[in-house]
Amino acid sequence: MERVILHSDMNNFYASVECLYNPGLRNHPVVVGGDPLLRHGIVLAKNEIAKRYGIQTGEVLWRAKQKCPKLICTKPHFDLYLEFSRMAREIYCEYSDRVESYGLDECWLDVTESIGLLGSGKKIADEIRTRVKAELGITSSVGVSYNKIFAKLGSDYRKPDATTVITPQNYKEIVWSLPVGELLFVGQATARKLNRYGIRSIGDLAQNDVNVLEYLLGKNGRMLWNFANGWDRSPVAHENAAMLVKSIGNQMTAPRDLVSREEIKITLYLLAESVAERLRAQRFRCRTVQIQVRDNTLFTYERQGKLRSPSCLSSELFEKALSLFDEKKATERPIRSLGLRACSLCPEEDQQLSFFEEAVQRQKKETVEREVDRIRSRFGHFSIQRGIMLTDPQLSAFHPAEDHLIHPELFFKNFSDTKE
Amino acid sequence: MRKVYVSVVAEFDPEGKVTPLSITWEDGRIYPIDRITKKIRAASLKAGGQGIRYTVEIGGRETFLFYEKLKWFVEGKNG
Repeated sequence: MERVILHSDMNNFYASVECLYNPGLRNHPVVVGGDPLLRHGIVLAKNEIAKRYGIQTGEVLWRAKQKCPKLICTKPHFDLYLEFSRMAREIYCEYSDRVESYGLDECWLDVTESIGLLGSGKKIADEIRTRVKAELGITSSVGVSYNKIFAKLGSDYRKPDATTVITPQNYKEIVWSLPVGELLFVGQATARKLNRYGIRSIGDLAQNDVNVLEYLLGKNGRMLWNFANGWDRSPVAHENAAMLVKSIGNQMTAPRDLVSREEIKITLYLLAESVAERLRAQRFRCRTVQIQVRDNTLFTYERQGKLRSPSCLSSELFEKALSLFDEKKATERPIRSLGLRACSLCPEEDQQLSFFEEAVQRQKKETVEREVDRIRSRFGHFSIQRGIMLTDPQLSAFHPAEDHLIHPELFFKNFSDTKE
Repeated sequence: MRKVYVSVVAEFDPEGKVTPLSITWEDGRIYPIDRITKKIRAASLKAGGQGIRYTVEIGGRETFLFYEKLKWFVEGKNG
């Protein structure tokens, strides 16, 4: 049976929420951007008017201001975005139990089982758009199709506030004329590569020899070829499907370039504390620690190493991270940003018991760190700190756990059973 | 339109249902709510906000009253 899949995309999400709460902004070019003083000064989202000036997401704010001198820049309010995302999901869940988020503002719905009761895919899509607009005050565009890939293309096809239906009958007209870069997972590098071989549209990709594509792009070539032809059988995840956590990490761009070892230590401690706290909160331990280092020329590298035994202690994560930084240094320039990631996670129940003195010591340390978590949850993050933090208040004022980094959920895990 | 936060006297019943009974305007005047005709989640594009919107009748006139994160507001005229 042919599936009916919707992809709903709330238009200019961050900017729309900001404009909803500040009606005075609505008729002006608006971008939501990070704080330039903390060097997070890039465009996170823009409204329709700002879009007309050619402003792009990810662009640095000063350049956006050059394109449009009257540009208004507002700060992000992630708590609001999370709340609006949750409310939108609540609406979606009234139409299906197969609802899969892709980032905060996008969602797939499989409504195959609901059309008998609620009407066609287009009717449901229009109703969802009307409701999101009335209840949340935000316009959205919805794509309706028989697979996830085309549904997503449909929601991008006409914006804002529109429904696009892509069927097995009309997909060649709608999808195949689009530039190949519009297809999910065709990034800039892949698009450039394909263009070089004369593959410019999604139709070119679909009609190409799959063996050639596989030669060019490896197994992704076959996957993209399947996508371009609409042969995507990947299911929409169930609404309460557990999210598979593979790693827990934080990354921070420092308010100033880090030069001294002391500054590196403070930053790594901040990150280690945040990651360890999240590990404990989610009842995990990690076996591997990974660091990401970026210098002031934006040269970036990653290093990773194994811990002696699985850990959720900030001190152990910190020591590992610092030794990775020292031993495998790849740059002598000042450091712009640092990241710390806990990988190879295991549940805390799987802990190996031991009588040795060291194990007892670690147990004690863990009790102390858990107590710190509790104090912080009651009295705030800065109520208790390591002494080293007081040596540099500017650097240590940062609190990574609250400074949300929201990444789209890993998508590939669902794309294993593509039809050929 | 202005976003005017107001004090509200409301009844919280044992099931958790909230019923606003009267509004106190900025100048202190109290307006009893005669009737609630509708209650839905809605955005206020005019005043800039989002929450549970009560359509209420006050002195024979219909108006919207929003409950937004533990605060109440109405869409007030400018000035």
